[in-house]
Amino acid sequence: MKHSLRQHSVLPGFGLTLGITLVYLSVIVLIPLSAAFIKTAALSWVQFWSVVTAPRVVASYKLSFGASLLAAAINTVFGLIVAWVLVRYSFPGKRLVDALVDLPFALPTAVAGIALTALYAPNGWIGQYLQEWWGLKVAYTPLGVLVALVFIGLPFIVRTVQPVLEDLEGELEEAAATLGASRWQIFTRVIFPTLLPALLTGFALAFARAVGEYGSVVFIAGNMPMISEITPLIIITKLEQYDYTGATAVAVVMLVASFVLLLLINFLQWFSRKRNPAK
Amino acid sequence: MMWDDVGTAQALPAPSISKSAARRGAREEPVLVRAGLIFIALGFLLLFLFVPLASVFAGALRKGWEAYFAAIVEPDAWSAIKLTLLAAGIAVPLNLVFGLAAAWAIAKFEFRGKSLLITLIDLPFSVSPVIAGLIYVLVFGLQGWFGPCLYVHDIRIIFAVPGIVLATIFVTFPFVARELIPLMQAQGTDEEEAAIVLGANGWQTFWRVTLPDIKWGLFYGVILCNARAMGEFGAVSVVSGHVRGLTNTMPLDIEILYNEYNFTAAFAVASLLAMLALVTLALKTLVEWLARNQIRRDLA
Repeated sequence: MKHSLRQHSVLPGFGLTLGITLVYLSVIVLIPLSAAFIKTAALSWVQFWSVVTAPRVVASYKLSFGASLLAAAINTVFGLIVAWVLVRYSFPGKRLVDALVDLPFALPTAVAGIALTALYAPNGWIGQYLQEWWGLKVAYTPLGVLVALVFIGLPFIVRTVQPVLEDLEGELEEAAATLGASRWQIFTRVIFPTLLPALLTGFALAFARAVGEYGSVVFIAGNMPMISEITPLIIITKLEQYDYTGATAVAVVMLVASFVLLLLINFLQWFSRKRNPAK
Repeated sequence: MMWDDVGTAQALPAPSISKSAARRGAREEPVLVRAGLIFIALGFLLLFLFVPLASVFAGALRKGWEAYFAAIVEPDAWSAIKLTLLAAGIAVPLNLVFGLAAAWAIAKFEFRGKSLLITLIDLPFSVSPVIAGLIYVLVFGLQGWFGPCLYVHDIRIIFAVPGIVLATIFVTFPFVARELIPLMQAQGTDEEEAAIVLGANGWQTFWRVTLPDIKWGLFYGVILCNARAMGEFGAVSVVSGHVRGLTNTMPLDIEILYNEYNFTAAFAVASLLAMLALVTLALKTLVEWLARNQIRRDLA
């Protein structure tokens, strides 16, 4: 039976380790996740549809997905610049900066949330100048959601682009320069196409993370229904009102969106491996 | 081409210098562009990373050291610290054992459905933390599958410590496994097969042959797993019930203090987690450096 599933090997421990893996995966991840789908299956299609398309819920999708897209786009531009500067140039403190780029991965989201809120509040270090100079309110508005999502998404772009940039072959650029291309032409025609798969992967990773983000956003968003309420918060609100079915229905919509994104990310990574077989 | 570079550098140092000078000319932007890009990158990082980090410590020390230490030794803060350490202390070792088992099965054997299994292991990273909490409420909550049965036997999981531990395990599930799988796949099975053929048993092979090769990757996965376990907010928030002194972890304590407008205390607890983040980044950088050195030694 086992031999039909796997190729023969002299190494021991296949049954034990695969057994532990499958049991643990099922107990911790698969069975609880399936509970969300089974719970939702108790709803009729009409009931489900009316829960997940209620105006307040739809407004939250627009904010969550819109702000996540915008944050990922901002991070793609600045993340590319940061990766470029870290790989190509030298300046004092570069290694420290390089290490700190991962801060959003390591800093708990609640800490990031209160720090960003205090900074961008109307009386905060940054917020007071934005208010004074441009009349811009960031904290407690959808703009605050965007700021929090830019914070948590930044390392995804930098860390996917950086290794590709490091492996870039200098010969191609030299050849292009010898043939008379300007630096800008070399960037747009030679470097950028090579980086594109990594940029798209980083974009998708940052977007996927941002859509589900909760901790850093709830503090800064202000959480006004229809205006600055993100979808994960809708789930929490419904749970606090003991509306388990409603919370689960919205969760299923988000889960399906995340699974589609996960497939897309896997495809992008497969695609970029095919483009750069050396890696 | 890589070989070509190495060869030139070792045998003929002089031409290699002129070559690299020529390359620099072709690969570098004008000084003004370089300075501008560095300015933009550092400005962006300053605004979005460094200033927020600094503001945590500034907020914590706003009322001086005395208020800072008072906020940390406060009994509710202290019990939150202990609960956070307990949750991470259970979640990290369990995910460590799982990560080793999964990586052994996936990297050392060929079987059908392997890529599906790898995707499923990564799944918790693409699930919103709030949903991670919700699914355990659906399974163990009073309205859930096992809720009534657990209630009869007076076992509390949701709004109690076991729920917090479960939610923490879920959100940190892939860290060790996803670090080890590619590493062990790259190392292949030759050394282990040789050890087995020479008469070592499975455990000896693992301890003496495999573990020394993966130790840095393993450590790397563990510190990232630990940072997330101690800092998790969304998933734990759903299952905790927010009882101060009983089911409050450090991130949840920060939220309560902040919502009570007790900003100094909130930032004081936050500063502990920020220090944890900085230690994590420092260890991570150190491990990356050690691993690079190990590879260099192995090649030499």
